[in-house]
Amino acid sequence: MFKGTFSADKNKAIPGFGLSFGITFAMVGFVVLVPLASIPLMFDGYSFKDFWETIADKQAVYAYVVSFSCAAFASGVNLFFGIVLAWILVRYNFPFKRLLDGMIELPFALPTSVAGISLTALYSDKGLIGGLFNMAGIKISYTPAGIVVSMIFVGIPFVVRSIQPVLEKLDRHYEEAAQIMGADSTHIFFKVIFPEIFPAAISGFGMAFARSLGEYGSVVFISGNIPYKTQTLSLVVMNKLEQFNYPGAASIALVMLAAASFVLCLSHILQIKRK
Amino acid sequence: MEKSFVKKILIFLGILFLAIMLVLPLVSVLFHAFENGIKVFIKSISNEEALKALQLTLIAAGAAVIANTVFGIFASFLITKFSFRFKKIFSLLIDVPLAVSPVVAGLMLIFAFGKRGWLGPVLDYLGTKIIFDIPGILIATIFVTFPLVFREIAPLMQTQGTEEEEAAAMMGANWFCIFRKITFPNIKWALFYGSALCASRALGEFGAVSVISGHLREKTNTMTLYVEILFNEFELASAFAVSSILVMISLMILILRTIAEYKAKKWEDK
Repeated sequence: MFKGTFSADKNKAIPGFGLSFGITFAMVGFVVLVPLASIPLMFDGYSFKDFWETIADKQAVYAYVVSFSCAAFASGVNLFFGIVLAWILVRYNFPFKRLLDGMIELPFALPTSVAGISLTALYSDKGLIGGLFNMAGIKISYTPAGIVVSMIFVGIPFVVRSIQPVLEKLDRHYEEAAQIMGADSTHIFFKVIFPEIFPAAISGFGMAFARSLGEYGSVVFISGNIPYKTQTLSLVVMNKLEQFNYPGAASIALVMLAAASFVLCLSHILQIKRK
Repeated sequence: MEKSFVKKILIFLGILFLAIMLVLPLVSVLFHAFENGIKVFIKSISNEEALKALQLTLIAAGAAVIANTVFGIFASFLITKFSFRFKKIFSLLIDVPLAVSPVVAGLMLIFAFGKRGWLGPVLDYLGTKIIFDIPGILIATIFVTFPLVFREIAPLMQTQGTEEEEAAAMMGANWFCIFRKITFPNIKWALFYGSALCASRALGEFGAVSVISGHLREKTNTMTLYVEILFNEFELASAFAVSSILVMISLMILILRTIAEYKAKKWEDK
């Protein structure tokens, strides 16, 4: 009650409310609300049966398997290397550390399509890394392994950047106490440090997973876009768009949106529970 | 003894991962761009199509930076300095573009501004076209980068509180004076950082723009779309040459961003 009265006064105290509200409202309206309002129109004349048939179609089901398994695998790899990278960046000193720290941002800074064609060339049979694997009879570009590679690329900053600040703030007294009481360093890591960074790690994993699931730019080149084999969900959406099957594309998109929100909510709940 | 061994292994693992996953792809773009000599490189980036794509990309990124910086300033001022109804809904709506996959964003814009979209008749009446044309590219780019500046500066304005602004207002300062003298100095590096982040995301936008562009080669090609066309036509040298331009611009922005981040941290510590 008191708070409400106070804020009414506050609004009068600082000038610029009308101006700020007008500009914000106009821009949110035009950029966000207008496109959002078009969602019902996407399904115009599309029954629930049509919707179900689209999302349970063979092409879509294969794409779920490809997208989810590749995103889970890539995010798992990122979880491991994310912890390693955050650890060495916070706890150790070595030459070019600042440069290394800046490089974590590369996947955010580079256009995804540029990353896509570069990774495709590197991991193809004639590429530098793909050539090595090819000698062992393993193909990477144009197989699910290639999709995993590009998802690792786009996901790594999320994990590192969510663990890093937590590690920086971590009170070292507990570690020292454990050490004095005779715990070895593996023990200290898993019993003292890991529980502290676990929520941040899970949140980074969740964000990397959600991003990988919707990734298009880098995946489209390296996957080869082969239906039932290397077609991810975002490629199915694009495929339907190119055939002007807009409601079909929107149906798959809705499933993707639901899956990404579910993962983010789940990681949020896990975080709260840990606390 | 044991500790330094673990340390060496972890540093080695981390650097190996970064070298293979992040640095190698970057170097490989530059390597392939100049593989067939500097002449091929210059030819691939100086033809009319490439220059037009570069122009459109720069226009779109510029529009996104200007629009979202202006928006970010007013929106964060509104959300953090005033209290009003539906404030929560406002901040939720601002974040929507981050949650939506770019391809889906493109789809939503088609259904809003396209021929069959709900604003289609209005646009027809006005005689303007947005989808499959340059305005559509601009809107798509603004959409995907919409909350970036806001998210950088709003937390800072929140921690600053409203006391100083209130005192200044009491003494009769107008909005612009208050913003310029009190709010702005506190957020300037974060604002710069957010704008740079917005610029780099806008430059590289691919999914949403790809849906909106209609793939009209002469008219609505951005750099990333042009790279895709070249790659699919097996013009690898040209694709990498054009990519290398994008890489160089992105790296420049990344360096500026890192400087801004460093300065912002210093400001916060003060």
